Amino acid sequence: MLTIKDLGKSFSSGVAALENVNLHMAQGEFVSLLGPSGCGKSTLVRIVAGLIAPSSGCVEWAAPPERGGIGVVFQEPTLMPWANACRNVETPLRIAGVAAAERHARAMEMLALVGLENFADAYPRTLSGGMKMRVAIARALVTRPPVLLLDEPFAALDEITRQQLNDDLLEICRKAKLTVLFVTHSATEAVYLSGRVLVMGARPGTILRELCIDAPVQRQESFRHSPQFAAYCGQISAAMREAVA
Amino acid sequence: MKAARILTPLLVVAVMLALWEALVRLWQIPPFVLPAPSAIWQALQGDFSSLLFSAWMTLRISLTAFLLAVIGGVALAVLFSQSRIVEMALFPLAVILQVTPIVAIAPLIVIWVGIDNPNRALLLMAWIAAFFPVLSNMTLGLRAADHGLLDLYRLYGATRWQVLTQVRLPSALPYLLSAMKISGGLALIGTVVAEFVAGSGASMGLAWRIMESGNRLQIAKMFAALLLLSLLGVAIFFCLSALENLLLRRWHESRIEREA
Repeated sequence: MLTIKDLGKSFSSGVAALENVNLHMAQGEFVSLLGPSGCGKSTLVRIVAGLIAPSSGCVEWAAPPERGGIGVVFQEPTLMPWANACRNVETPLRIAGVAAAERHARAMEMLALVGLENFADAYPRTLSGGMKMRVAIARALVTRPPVLLLDEPFAALDEITRQQLNDDLLEICRKAKLTVLFVTHSATEAVYLSGRVLVMGARPGTILRELCIDAPVQRQESFRHSPQFAAYCGQISAAMREAVA
Repeated sequence: MKAARILTPLLVVAVMLALWEALVRLWQIPPFVLPAPSAIWQALQGDFSSLLFSAWMTLRISLTAFLLAVIGGVALAVLFSQSRIVEMALFPLAVILQVTPIVAIAPLIVIWVGIDNPNRALLLMAWIAAFFPVLSNMTLGLRAADHGLLDLYRLYGATRWQVLTQVRLPSALPYLLSAMKISGGLALIGTVVAEFVAGSGASMGLAWRIMESGNRLQIAKMFAALLLLSLLGVAIFFCLSALENLLLRRWHESRIEREA
């Protein structure tokens, strides 16, 4: 699906954010990127999304993504406060010039997918943090992109909401066969969601360790409590400590 | 609670008026120093049609200047948001226009544009007074758009026009409305100052009535004109607050009612 080759990024301030990042993602794969804050995870996501250009190396696509071919969910929900949930979800379609009726129908479909069909008319300020994030996810999916990038989307949410959203996200990605790059700083979240976890180190940001999670794609709640899960989390925590040290 | 919010200030005004009336009568203050409220009321009734006409003259110039200030301020701010060079070139000029006291440039304006048409001079002076808050706030508002949203629009390949109309302008709306509340009052002040400076001429606004009454020692009429002037100011502020509430109440943080 996409291959990242020898990617590097240094900012004009002289800070080297990324160096020698190599990563290959197959179609339908769920990869988590884990690392201490400030290790360049977000920068990597922004480069893959095409928002900033790398200083060296490149991102190669099997098929170059068309407009709206990459869905992105940022750390904050970044909704338009003056528009209701439905109009927020419609945004990418409005930019693409899709007709109003179709726009509305597809936005409603996406809201139903994230379980917010009854909140289409609600303004963001009346929604909870978790619901806002669901709207942001619906908005990222409304163009039916084959690739989804998530930059610590659930960092600000409480544990229960987070687990619920994890399960829903897995379900959505599995059904739509999405290729997902998921940035997080939570080891348990990464293990629970991904087929593969990459641990990054900081200054300059680079991938230190790669770990395949050998468990059924359809995760069960019991997986969270299995010794296998604990072992994976332990390995990742160890790798994280090395990254910081 | 709502009744109290209207009744309390009314009560305070009533008590003050009663005290005023009583003291003027008790101390026998001459009406050319301080007329009693009842005398002011009589003056208002007696000269109602001419005062109302003057109020309309003042209001018309204030509103026209205000509308032109909003249109001009928004247009220039949008231009600034699209081109940094234009902003660097023109913003200092706008600041100079703003910080120079309007009274100081009034005689020039009267000579340049007001000789054959004094209303044009009044309009220009009121416009200068009202223009800057709109420009300044709108420029800030257009720049204060959420960077995440701007990234999102870039991601989906939005045009500059889409970014402007769908992100920047809605983000700037609360800033604009707040500036309009200030500019509405400034346009009225600008008109009145301009009327004073332009002198009698052909303008017959409320400021002119105030000067005329002062010259003739008709202090009650002066107070009546003053009263109308404050009512105009209050009406302008009230209308703009209502507009702000109407446009922002559904989504803006400032409109959230919180329970104690």
